[in-house]
Amino acid sequence: MNLLVAQAQTIEAPEIDYGALAPLLIVLGAACISVLLEALLPKHQRWAVQLVLTLVTLVGAVGSLILYATSERPEQGVATLAGAIAVDSPSLFLWATLLVLGFGSVLLIADRSVEPGGAFVAQAAIRPGTVQDRAQATKTGMQTEVFPLTLFALGGMMTFVAANDLLTMFIALEVLSLPLYLLCGLARRRRLLSQEAAVKYFLLGAFASAFFLYGVALLYGYAGSVKLSAIATAAGGTDRSDTLLFAGFGLLVVGLLFKAAVGPFHAWTPDVYQGAPTPVTAFMAACTKVAAFGGILRVLTVAFENTQWEWRGVLYGVAVVSMVIGAILGLTQTDVKRMIAYSSVAHAGFLLIGSIALTPEGDAPGVSATMFYLLAYGFTTIAAFGIVSLVRNSDGEATHLSQWAGLAKRSPIVAATFTFLLLALAGIPLTSGFIGKFVVFSAAIDAGLTPLVVIALVASAVAAFFYLRVIVLMYFSDPAPDGPTVTVPGAFTTIAITLGAVVTLVLGLWPTFVLDWAGTGTFLS
Amino acid sequence: MTWVLIALLVVPLVGALVVAFLRKDDKKAKLVALAFSLVELVLAVLLWTAYDPNGDRIQLATGVDWIPAFGVRLQFGIDGIALVMIAVIALLIPLVIGAGWTEKLPAGRSQGGYLSLILIQEAVTVAVFAATDVFLFYVLFEVMLIPMYFLIGGYGGARRQYAAVKFFLYSFLGGLIMLASAIGAYAMASDELGKGTFDWATLVKVVSDADSTTQTWLFLGFFLAFAIKAPLVPFHTWLPDAAAEAPIGVTVIVVGILDKVGTFGMLRYLLPMFPEASKNLAPYVLVLAVAGVLYGSLLATGQRDMKRFLAYVSIAHFGFIALGIFSFTSQAGVGSVSYMLNHSISTGMLILVVGMVIARGGSSLISDYGGMSKVAPLLAGMLLLAGLTTLSLPGTNSFVSEFLVLIGSFPTRPVFTIIATVGMVLAALYVLWLYQRIMTGPLRGDALIGAAAGPGAVGDPEKKTTIGDLNKREIAVLAPLVVIVLALGFYPQPVLDVITPTVGATLTEVGVTDPVTVQEGK
Repeated sequence: MNLLVAQAQTIEAPEIDYGALAPLLIVLGAACISVLLEALLPKHQRWAVQLVLTLVTLVGAVGSLILYATSERPEQGVATLAGAIAVDSPSLFLWATLLVLGFGSVLLIADRSVEPGGAFVAQAAIRPGTVQDRAQATKTGMQTEVFPLTLFALGGMMTFVAANDLLTMFIALEVLSLPLYLLCGLARRRRLLSQEAAVKYFLLGAFASAFFLYGVALLYGYAGSVKLSAIATAAGGTDRSDTLLFAGFGLLVVGLLFKAAVGPFHAWTPDVYQGAPTPVTAFMAACTKVAAFGGILRVLTVAFENTQWEWRGVLYGVAVVSMVIGAILGLTQTDVKRMIAYSSVAHAGFLLIGSIALTPEGDAPGVSATMFYLLAYGFTTIAAFGIVSLVRNSDGEATHLSQWAGLAKRSPIVAATFTFLLLALAGIPLTSGFIGKFVVFSAAIDAGLTPLVVIALVASAVAAFFYLRVIVLMYFSDPAPDGPTVTVPGAFTTIAITLGAVVTLVLGLWPTFVLDWAGTGTFLS
Repeated sequence: MTWVLIALLVVPLVGALVVAFLRKDDKKAKLVALAFSLVELVLAVLLWTAYDPNGDRIQLATGVDWIPAFGVRLQFGIDGIALVMIAVIALLIPLVIGAGWTEKLPAGRSQGGYLSLILIQEAVTVAVFAATDVFLFYVLFEVMLIPMYFLIGGYGGARRQYAAVKFFLYSFLGGLIMLASAIGAYAMASDELGKGTFDWATLVKVVSDADSTTQTWLFLGFFLAFAIKAPLVPFHTWLPDAAAEAPIGVTVIVVGILDKVGTFGMLRYLLPMFPEASKNLAPYVLVLAVAGVLYGSLLATGQRDMKRFLAYVSIAHFGFIALGIFSFTSQAGVGSVSYMLNHSISTGMLILVVGMVIARGGSSLISDYGGMSKVAPLLAGMLLLAGLTTLSLPGTNSFVSEFLVLIGSFPTRPVFTIIATVGMVLAALYVLWLYQRIMTGPLRGDALIGAAAGPGAVGDPEKKTTIGDLNKREIAVLAPLVVIVLALGFYPQPVLDVITPTVGATLTEVGVTDPVTVQEGK
């Protein structure tokens, strides 16, 4: 008894740096308020209130982030909440990226002009094909819980990229994943596909989480701690079991690669991208990618930097597989959303190249490069999915490629914007996609990964073919007689697309500002 | 005078913008585009006068920082080779616009859109030749593909989609591999200097000292891009498709101008940056070059389609140019550079004349024509002249170049030179045979007397056909070319004066002593 009392006295409340955590706290706090609003507000008020709350939250979070980033703060960053969360320069950059990309995604999610009532169904649990389902199809009610779900997912992502120990990382992983599983099943049209996507994503995601957790357990057994820095210390010259270390590392990384949709752990990507409501696909493609690679970067550079020679070969191979799968399978796709899904698998391969670009001296030139790439890719993807949501026929979105034939004749502006975005995805100069590839590849060459870069360049050229194919269809083919119409987007979607396209252009022409910002500091270790 | 260079880059872009707003009014669009291209030509003449052949290696240099994090600058400047190429672009674009004045575009396409793309292409291509930052060069090298992709894909023939994508992917792949090499060179520079740069002159200094293995790898990256662009056999297969499917004006730009970026790149980037590798690998490049001469000539002889014929003729000529570049003598080098210029003029003229033939007959198959000189004697004369300059008849411009290449290559590479000479004989064969089939004999062919007459029908020379001779506009388009062909044939000195110092400087950078001048010294 005495002993217990004595122990209880030694536990101190951890110090919390509220200034540093403000963006995260704002997002998660608003998510909780948002859930309450969902319960208390009458139906007709919810959409407007939720939307305002979400946008204000995001703007407020960015504001507090800027306030903190420009204030006097330790250059190395701070570890707060008893070292669970590290707020360092990369965290701040990734948070800002997530918040701004989240803002764009929320605009797409909120849009109700393209599809009457919005892209989300009111009751997702109704079985497709039943009487209730048909009745629901005629109504324009919308599930406004998408807003709190999005905020929770965003909060989870922000925690994930800043998590300084593996357990926090796991919690964050779940916080970000669970809302996404739900969001995937909410598409208004093609209910069955949407539900299939949700179930697939959930099952495979649960699997991946299990892998991750198993990896955490083994690493705890190895290092006696889940802290990233403790693992690094343990791995730096001890006679502990290498089996535990590498088995743990392998399982952990599988979990991370799954979330990042890196091939060969990408199998869910095309189905989920296709089935999920397009705004959610945009959100996943942009923000989940940022979060997953943010986590990968931190884990690799902080915890496993000094064992890089053991694992680098494996991830080298994974990057090659991912690029090859993305580039080759992308060629065979006939659905725009699946095509962009495979393109994201190829991009994940490029990002992984940046993530493993560590020099023998312990520098990580790839970190800032990868973060720049994530930012650039996120904006391009959001705008691209925004455009996909505009091309529709009576059956909802017309995602089959053949339906895009001759689009340029009917909607020159939409076709031109999409062409520009595809060129950015292909990595053509004067777009942010090119600068992203360039910085990642030069970091990789710095780190002695030249053969990998050559493979990546060939993969880029192969992938360029399927982007070009869409451009050919839009510009050089005759329009199909019963082709889709392009909906004139409302303000929200227009802003989201414009934001994405403008950032893609600006970062292609003047990337210096963002490059400098991405390169300001290293991970706290 | 640096403003001239900047104006050369800006004027076509402004023109493109203005023309893009005139999509409703084809006539106005054509006039405005022509006006801008003529302004560009005047600027090019000014540029020529501002260039001092015996001055600095890179002249009229100007630039601003672009991406300081990587030491990338928007940096432009010209040497003699770039000057000549910019001049020939500025010369050909107004002619292309003039030649396409009455050409019918595919349904739903406007002259405004077409000419706007042509002017963008002109600006970007001028910029490629003027760039003196390797990163900038790469960026422009790739950006150059985009307007051309839309020109071929949007305005071309039946298989235009295939041709456009093939063209794009070939060049894009080559460019990407070049990017890897450029980054490699950049990494070397940042190791050595402590700060990365893409400045051409600095990279030349740093990279040319590298060990020969490194040089070889970097060389191969750049070489692939240029070999695809030029094109050298076996990287050439995109060219016949692109040339055959593109509208005739665009074919002039692809074959006459864009291809030169490849050989220009060899002279500006491969030789000075990787002298060791260039010397070591020269025999392999020469094999490709000579193979190109023979292969291009033979396939040109066997072509049934006039536009594909033109593509293979060019492939043969690029073999000669590459032979001259990789022989490392000043005569051959000067010959190659002047060949780049003269190929643009001669082949440009040949393509324009063939375009006029096709405009009359509506078919690009050789077999659809025959005896055309009876109804269009002036056109026949032009085809003969264009053909003769293509086969390098003495007295025409190309003769000077081809002769210099062969006489300059012989001292260092006698075997390759002798084999390449066979190409000259074949050139006489394919050119004269083309002329014979189209222009001489009795009037025949579906395109000229109509398919109704049945296969093998022979037309009645007394009967009037609707085919007319050259009109005033066509004469105005061809006349400047005729003058230049003959003027440079008899008096090439102004051009040679401009390029000789630059070629000499390039060879010094490679570090070869010129066997020819050494002999003269004795």
